[in-house]
Amino acid sequence: MKFSASKTRGVLPGFRLSLGYTVTYLSVIVLIPLAGLAVRSADLGWSGFFDAVSSERAVAAYKLTFGAAFAASAVNVVFGLVVAWVLARYEFWGKGFVDALVDLPFALPTAVAGISLTALYAENGWLGRFLEPMGIKVAFAPAGITVAMIFVGLPFVVRTVQPVLMDIDIQMEEAAATLGASRFYTVSRVILPAVIPPALTGLALAFARAVGEYGSIVFISGNMPMKTEIVPLLIVTKLEQYDYAGATALALMMLIASFVLLLFINLLQGWVRRRGGGDARAAR
Amino acid sequence: MANQIALRDTPWVRRALIGVALLFLGLFVVLPVVAVFTEAFSKGLSGYFEAITEPVTRAAIRLTLLTAAITVPLNLVFGVAAAWLIAKYRFWGKNALLTLIDLPFSVSPVISGLIFVLLLGGRGIFGPWLEAHDIKIIFAVPGIVLATTFVTFPFVAREVLPVMQDSGSDEEEQALTLGASGWRILFQVTLPKVRWGLLYGVVLCNARAMGEFGAVSVVSGHIRGETNTIPLHVEILYNEYNMAAAFSVASILTLLALGTLGAKKLIEQKGGGHG
Repeated sequence: MKFSASKTRGVLPGFRLSLGYTVTYLSVIVLIPLAGLAVRSADLGWSGFFDAVSSERAVAAYKLTFGAAFAASAVNVVFGLVVAWVLARYEFWGKGFVDALVDLPFALPTAVAGISLTALYAENGWLGRFLEPMGIKVAFAPAGITVAMIFVGLPFVVRTVQPVLMDIDIQMEEAAATLGASRFYTVSRVILPAVIPPALTGLALAFARAVGEYGSIVFISGNMPMKTEIVPLLIVTKLEQYDYAGATALALMMLIASFVLLLFINLLQGWVRRRGGGDARAAR
Repeated sequence: MANQIALRDTPWVRRALIGVALLFLGLFVVLPVVAVFTEAFSKGLSGYFEAITEPVTRAAIRLTLLTAAITVPLNLVFGVAAAWLIAKYRFWGKNALLTLIDLPFSVSPVISGLIFVLLLGGRGIFGPWLEAHDIKIIFAVPGIVLATTFVTFPFVAREVLPVMQDSGSDEEEQALTLGASGWRILFQVTLPKVRWGLLYGVVLCNARAMGEFGAVSVVSGHIRGETNTIPLHVEILYNEYNMAAAFSVASILTLLALGTLGAKKLIEQKGGGHG
């Protein structure tokens, strides 16, 4: 199919310039550096790559990272739905302030979150002093990693679900109620189906963020190999030991994992859009 | 209207849900912020000001400001160019381009730093060449700027694009008919239309540029007073068990975050903000 360029592209000037600039800048800052990672892992060869990514220590780090990320995003789905519901449906004093607070984990530098959460959950911290006597160890334990991941992933589910809840046609709920449906029936048959796709999108976004998170976790985790060592930290450790090959291999694994997640998120967002929901992309 | 909707849930359910939401946010969001300021002032006002004005802290603040001053304009120009390209023209590969622009968001900060070490570090692909020409990028300021630019790459494009798409091209096309040049259309028609989206993108980009930890930590080399940004300085103080000072410096970043949220609310109220 051939069209004359100016008619199909649009009439405004600047196509070549903006295309050239965008592609060049994108290549220099993003594509070439990422390609470098692929080139360096090719140097490793299959066996080297396999050894690096399947060591006992690496496997322990995967289990911990993905397990904690899953637990954290599950918590975020449950509470994120409650927060989104409250913000979308109720009026109460200070709601605007509460709504702004939801975005704080996006704005607060991760290192600050890390030291602050550690101070709260440490043995003598405001929360730790109550939890530790009960036998619940959070700081310097896997639970602490989960807590940090809950913090960084907190806004995602709220921000994907909230616009959808606000968009749901109230008339549908009214119709259901008029036809004699109980509140429970209305919620489970009218609201829940609309909320599942954005909630899953939020879950996936929070999960992806948690898996890659570093700054807030290094402080609270204690960083013990095999016990509280997450994958991003293992990458840094390898780099500091000049084990570039090992670091590269692990990074490539993580990168592949995040691309798979990205693909999944895009599919979910397509689903949300087809259902006429809010723009979930805006949530990031 | 809103109250009518709220009536659908019994007051008991409503109170319980609001309570759960506030408790969750209080525990995970409010408490950490309160803890930062409490710890920051644990050695009194004088201890606080001493910590944030000592020379190494000042050097870290300067480096962070410098990094943001280079990174934000770079990504601002890119954001406008990319948004213009995607909003104003139809072309093959547009969706792929959008996905590529979003890419840095899905890369772990640590990997964002690592890729530049692998490319430009001493043992990196271009390492020997750079060394032969006596150019130091990794474990130096240029590396910090590069990694920060990568991490904050999508912010402006991502905020400006939807606003530019929503505002359409009618006015631009009229300006073109009246004989305005492309640059004039951009500066006098398009940019004023998308100014709030643009401002919001800049605010977010700046917050991340000043607060980035993981990527910068990998490329910085942690040289005190030279390649330490504010977040890295917080880490050093913390690891030296100098808690009050660590939290004092962290409080600067916390204020930045609170300011960012305030700016977001303000921009939303001005009516142009997106998200």
